[in-house]
Amino acid sequence: MMSGSTIIFYLLAALTLVSGFLAVTTPQIFRAAVYLLFSLIGIAGIYFWLQYEFIAAVQIVVYVGGIVVLIIFSIFLTQKSGEKMPPAKQGRIVFSTLAAIAGFGVVFFQLYHHGFERTKEIPIDAGVSNIGRQMLGVQQHGYALPFEVVSMLLLAAMIACIVIALRTSKQDAGHGI
Amino acid sequence: MQPGLYHLLFVSTALFFIAVYGFFTRRNLVTMLMSVELMLNSVNINFIAFNKWLWPNRLDGLFFTIFIIAIAAAEAAVAIAIIINLYRTHQSIDVEKTEELKY
Repeated sequence: MMSGSTIIFYLLAALTLVSGFLAVTTPQIFRAAVYLLFSLIGIAGIYFWLQYEFIAAVQIVVYVGGIVVLIIFSIFLTQKSGEKMPPAKQGRIVFSTLAAIAGFGVVFFQLYHHGFERTKEIPIDAGVSNIGRQMLGVQQHGYALPFEVVSMLLLAAMIACIVIALRTSKQDAGHGI
Repeated sequence: MQPGLYHLLFVSTALFFIAVYGFFTRRNLVTMLMSVELMLNSVNINFIAFNKWLWPNRLDGLFFTIFIIAIAAAEAAVAIAIIINLYRTHQSIDVEKTEELKY
């Protein structure tokens, strides 16, 4: 007899994997984006199931609320959304399937035969207060420096996006058409 | 049986290779970007699972996940800026048609 928690885990795993598979195989690009959305929601559900609520909330806010919306906008800007993409070549499908299955076999075989050892220490609470205190800590095990580096990276990426997407002169924009 | 570490490792490995399959077969830049996002997410599941089962006294896996999410957001934004720019100049985001640097 399976407990409710186990059933919920299997449902979340199935949601993640099935919608992830549909996201990479469906010929309609807009549907692929919607399946990607469901896959990311399934991953957020797995984080909730593991009782890491903060990471689950970050996952939903950044991926579901940010990146998928960005992808959908870029689809609208670059694609006729009802149109089907041409299917991949038969040979490429065969070799990609073989590569994926072989890679999965090798990696999971290695993982399964590797004995993982659990630490004996007492678990700590993964709540927001502990995360915040360690994230901004400058003592040992503090993550203040990577935090600053990532903030610089985000600033650089933002400026880069503006520079790349900005078109200044008209004849420059017409080049290559 | 209560799901353990290996169940989560199975999910993340399967998701990673599903994304690899998509990355190999898709020829459209937006869908390839989606595959890359799925790969990054499967790595995040790994970090969280190892943190939960092997080192529950630490929070390092959580921090790695947070930083990967931040970097993935930056990467997606830059990639989409490049894709839209490419569409303006080439009227297409098919990777087969973007081969000017090849020769």
